[in-house]
Amino acid sequence: MMAVLAAILDSFGGRAGHNTAVVLAGTMLLGVAAGVVGVFAMLRRRSLMADALSHATLPGICLAFLLATAVGSDGRSLAVLLPGAAATGVAGLLIVNWLTRATRISEDAAIGAVLSVFFGVGVVLLSVIQALPTGNQGGLKGLLFGQTATMHAADAMLLGVVAIASIIAVTLAFKQLGLVAFNDEFASAIGVPVRAIDLLLMSLVVMVTVSGLVAVGLVLVVAMLIIPAAAARLWTDRLRTMAVLAAVFGGTASCLGVLASSRLDRTPTGPSIVLAAGCIFLLGMIGAPRRGVVAGLGRQALVAARVHADHALRSLLASPQDPRPIGVVLPPGLIGRLARARLRRLGLVRVNGSMIVLTPEGEAEARLAERRRRLWERYLVTHAEVAPSHVDISADAIEHVVDPEIVARLEAELAADDARRVRGGADA
Amino acid sequence: MNEGVYGFVSIDLPPLLAGTLACVTCAILGNYLVLRRMSLMGDAISHSVLPGLVIAFMLSGSRDPLPMFVGATIAGLFTVGLVELLRRYARVEPGAAMGVVFSVMFAMGVLLLERGAGRQVDLDADCVLNGVMETMIWFPPEEAGSLARWSTWVSLPRQVWTLGVVLLVVLAAVGMLFKELRIVAFDPGLATSQGFHAGLLNTLLMVLVACATVASFEAVGSILVIAMLICPAASARMLTDRLWVQVVLSVVLAAAAGITGYLLGAYAPTLLGLPAAVSASGMITVVAGVIMLLSVLFAPSHGTVARRFRRVRMSLRVAREDLLASLYRAEESGAAARAVASRPVDAIVLRRAIARGQVRLANGVPALTDRGRDVARGIVRSHRLWESYLVERGGLAPDHVHGTAMRLEHLTDSASGARFEPPQPDSPTDPHARPIPPR
Amino acid sequence: MNASRIRPDAHPASMLAGRPEHSADSPLSVHAMTVAYQRKPVLWDVDYDAPRDALVAIVGPNGAGKSTFIRACLGLVPRVSGVVEFWGRPLREVRRRIGYVPQREAVDWDFPVSALDVVCMGRYARIGWMRPVSRADRDAGAACLDRVGLRGFEHRQISQLSGGQQQRVFLARALAQESDLYFMDEPFAGVDAATERAIVDVLRELRASGRTVICVHHDLQTVPRYFDAVMLMNMRVVASGPVGTVFTPENLQRTYGGRLTLLAEASEAVARAERG
Repeated sequence: MMAVLAAILDSFGGRAGHNTAVVLAGTMLLGVAAGVVGVFAMLRRRSLMADALSHATLPGICLAFLLATAVGSDGRSLAVLLPGAAATGVAGLLIVNWLTRATRISEDAAIGAVLSVFFGVGVVLLSVIQALPTGNQGGLKGLLFGQTATMHAADAMLLGVVAIASIIAVTLAFKQLGLVAFNDEFASAIGVPVRAIDLLLMSLVVMVTVSGLVAVGLVLVVAMLIIPAAAARLWTDRLRTMAVLAAVFGGTASCLGVLASSRLDRTPTGPSIVLAAGCIFLLGMIGAPRRGVVAGLGRQALVAARVHADHALRSLLASPQDPRPIGVVLPPGLIGRLARARLRRLGLVRVNGSMIVLTPEGEAEARLAERRRRLWERYLVTHAEVAPSHVDISADAIEHVVDPEIVARLEAELAADDARRVRGGADA
Repeated sequence: MNEGVYGFVSIDLPPLLAGTLACVTCAILGNYLVLRRMSLMGDAISHSVLPGLVIAFMLSGSRDPLPMFVGATIAGLFTVGLVELLRRYARVEPGAAMGVVFSVMFAMGVLLLERGAGRQVDLDADCVLNGVMETMIWFPPEEAGSLARWSTWVSLPRQVWTLGVVLLVVLAAVGMLFKELRIVAFDPGLATSQGFHAGLLNTLLMVLVACATVASFEAVGSILVIAMLICPAASARMLTDRLWVQVVLSVVLAAAAGITGYLLGAYAPTLLGLPAAVSASGMITVVAGVIMLLSVLFAPSHGTVARRFRRVRMSLRVAREDLLASLYRAEESGAAARAVASRPVDAIVLRRAIARGQVRLANGVPALTDRGRDVARGIVRSHRLWESYLVERGGLAPDHVHGTAMRLEHLTDSASGARFEPPQPDSPTDPHARPIPPR
Repeated sequence: MNASRIRPDAHPASMLAGRPEHSADSPLSVHAMTVAYQRKPVLWDVDYDAPRDALVAIVGPNGAGKSTFIRACLGLVPRVSGVVEFWGRPLREVRRRIGYVPQREAVDWDFPVSALDVVCMGRYARIGWMRPVSRADRDAGAACLDRVGLRGFEHRQISQLSGGQQQRVFLARALAQESDLYFMDEPFAGVDAATERAIVDVLRELRASGRTVICVHHDLQTVPRYFDAVMLMNMRVVASGPVGTVFTPENLQRTYGGRLTLLAEASEAVARAERG
């Protein structure tokens, strides 16, 4: 695998070597782990907790550095810095929890306050370190925005191990994590230890965040948890698919980011990874079929156009042969134009200058639409308890949504109604 | 001017002014963000104005404040719009939507900076976070009395003036639109139905936040901006239940944090024997955090300590009332009073009852005084009335009502302090055939 | 382009043939209103004319779109199609004549305002942009609090009020609006008996002074006692009109489907109304 990665790196013309390949592998694995863990964090609505957590690691990093330097060891080794980071990070999380639970301060304010104040403490400590005669904070600054260039193979191995452990943990607890994220009360009712699962989730978030500091930097590491998960959410509603997709997105973004950072000058790794993830998200946002923004906006316009087209047909049916001014049967603006385009495409109307008239097909369709409408209406009042969840504005026929047997019965009832009305008319 | 004073005026005054102005400006707007649970929108905006700033600089080629403001404001509004779009049409969870947008925007800003633009803007990612307070210096004329002339003050660093202007704009907007901002924050539906369009006012608030962010950004860094948007408002929220008081308090707290924080950052390290000053904006943030912590703990009515204290006092009162009631029942049945002080808390309760003259010790055995008997009668009366009520009106079985009545007997009206009493039952005794004592 | 930008009320173009002639003095007339979430309609082709000087209950099962109907009338949720007119005019011309009482859960009751502040919010439209709340407005607000039986509670912070008192504050705010047409979303939800009486008194007072009140109401039992007219709704209007003719077991069955307990309850209520 290392050889393959090295080959990829070579083909990119980078200064590839064994070290870079290991770094790339470690970071990619971390991206995969962050994607998977992020899915559950997002579904449990803890995404921004990770932001508080990552910013709260700074004072821990500085304190660990100061302590290590004071006892004369190398303050810049990850084995020293990461436990420190985790310690204050977890402290930050606990404070967020306490503020939300025990005071009137809402969660968003608690997250923001902890995030900024802890970071402020870190900044003060950084400036103290800078002022120390022995201080060499070069390694620490790298943790702000991530710098894989200075990463050693051993560090990357550490990342890889953490990532693989997280992935295994998620795989083992997949069902429980999913259940708790979906419905914690139900989970606890059937005996899933919700608190333990939550604790597991938060520990995974802490592990991924803290080890992600090295690659992405603490300002942006939260993006590795959020973006791949949110991007995966755009494409699917199934948990398993979502986790797999998030893993793929996370891995790809890390890979692209590291490559860009190693190939281009003055390109810190963290922002590159985040930008790569952002591009992946953008693709989903534009292209995803159900949750994409474009699809959403388009669908909304089409539904509106359809409703107006149906109204127009009904209104024209009142006098099927007479042309009417377009402005009277359709609203102006985009929706009206879409509705008109739909009617013309289906050959239901002819437009003559500013006048619009039904074609024979249009008249037939209008009668059909009227019938459909009456069927829906009838369905709503005869099956009131289930009907609203079935009604579908854009289904071409009620049969597509409602059981055909029921439709047949509704048809029969309508026919009986009509017959009664005709008889009643004859009597009068 | 004497040398020490001149040093202070030239080195410390500009950053002190800039820091305090930035704190106050952000704190005012923060009140509305905190109340609308949109604090993290402030966070998101302050991260994502960065690419706006950089692009504005690259396009205009200058550090004029105006293009910078326009660029950053556009970036801020873009962020708000994008988050809303994602939330509404892509149905992304709000927290995640904000996370996606601001981290990508910030990453873009950092990359643009690092890859060249930064050289000319003399901004780097570090000063984005921490600001450039330390490098703000001012050289007013040295002769005595120069500070009394307006022309001297005009030469203050640009950042100070920008912040001053933005503060005035924010003050004017919040002052004139106080009632509009309040109704939109409280009940956006009502506001819109009355013609105060919630979306419009929301956009205005976001524009103001973006302006405050940009103005503060350069001087104090983005972390202090986030802290000041949230901490003073959240602290003031702990201290009061009136919006205008909250706004005023947040301003006072923010100014206090700004001044104390800066002075601590500038002078405390020297006093401690450290070789140089520590980050001033970091120190201001820390002070703001400490203020928030103090108000969360010690706020008079909403603080956690006060709440805990009230809970303890309440449980002591309940325990004392239970003691009086049990003594009353013992007297009633003629049984000897048992020694009640088995747990340490019982000893405290007994001592408090004695101190109030409700109980006295006769040969080490507690007994009711006359005053204590009056109180105890009220409690037992309330207890038995509740039992009757629960059985007669609530349809509960007589052996199921004791526990509920044990809780209800302690209820008093918060205004008058009088004990609640359910209506007198039909029979003169309670469901256990014990007499209901007179009032 | 966003479908919500279309303002159907501004364009009589979408008025359809066969549209009944609305009299200009119907306080609310809704025609062909459709509200949809993606492809799911919440309201579908709703037509409705509200009677004058009446208390109207909107009744229907959960998820029938009752609150959405009110919010769509007030332009708070985007409509896919439809025309909404008040006294024959579009919303923006008559905004001040329309009052709105949202559901109690819709706002944050820990918000730092007093009861009087909340009531005065009802007068903001009258006060206008950028003008402060005057002494006269505060006096009017205090008078409204008095009318709902909350004299002396002016300066209470709203979180220190009971649920029923909070609902009465909302009602006082509606009074302060001095509107001609009120929309109320479940004003009777979760209130004590005293508050329920206070609300009914205020509603009758409003009707007596020629106002129309349209309430989303969930308690079928009290419909005949409290209201003059009813609109039965389940995504579409199932039936609407005077309580005496419309509030029948058949119509309720058509609205609620086979929920037998509800039906039993309702026919009992109908029977009681017929007796007394």
